[in-house]
Amino acid sequence: MARALVNVPKRARMGEIIEIKALVSHPMESGYRVGLNGAVIPRDIIRLFTCGYNGVEIFRAEFSPAVAANPFMSFSTLALESGTLTFRWTGDKDFEVVETAEIVVE
Amino acid sequence: MIEAAEPHSGARREFLVRAIHVAAGAGFALLTGASTASATPDMLREAIDELLGGAQARPGRVRLEIPPLVENGNTVPLTVSVESPMTEADHVTEIHIFNEKNPQPYVMAAYFGPRAGRARLATRVKLSDSQRVVAIARMSDGSFWSDSADVIVTIAACVEINE
Repeated sequence: MARALVNVPKRARMGEIIEIKALVSHPMESGYRVGLNGAVIPRDIIRLFTCGYNGVEIFRAEFSPAVAANPFMSFSTLALESGTLTFRWTGDKDFEVVETAEIVVE
Repeated sequence: MIEAAEPHSGARREFLVRAIHVAAGAGFALLTGASTASATPDMLREAIDELLGGAQARPGRVRLEIPPLVENGNTVPLTVSVESPMTEADHVTEIHIFNEKNPQPYVMAAYFGPRAGRARLATRVKLSDSQRVVAIARMSDGSFWSDSADVIVTIAACVEINE
């Protein structure tokens, strides 16, 4: 089971720009490597990462095999309301991991 | 050239996979040096042209930060920031990252809105060789801005076997 790690400030002031960091464990096998038996190791990557803030998508990234293993993303958003940030990674072999974080905006 | 711009495109991938097979058959040494599985500056240009669709990407406003010399191409930290007020009327909508010599010219694309507050992203990428990395931002007015950086990689990311 893939593990995800997200870093969101617990509290923020209304209108503040907050930094979000998200990491998920995944090999990001490029599909360009050859195994010991001479056969190409099939591609197995995360293709899409999205972040929703109370259901509204605020950030989206499309990955290629050139994104390093255990993809790390750092980005920012305006703290507009208290609620939940939902992080979703999807990719090859029906990979899907969802992680959430709560934020209090005052 | 839709193939170059489409990360999961079938035809070019097929070709590359076959190229790797051929090289593997001829010995692994071929894979390390030969560029059969590498994008070329032409492919980079085609991928960028596909994104721009005839528009010009002006240098400026975008800042691509990447170490000039990296020891391990498997995980290279990279930051792209764009000067923008990030308002409803004037904000960054997309940041695209390209490279010159990985098997594919695409690295990643990120999509923003005014709610981002700041147009900045950080991630980690693989670089298969010393090469140029290009970041292009699309603004809400449709204009494109770019920055690029040359990176020297001493240990390349594994396109060949490494275990």
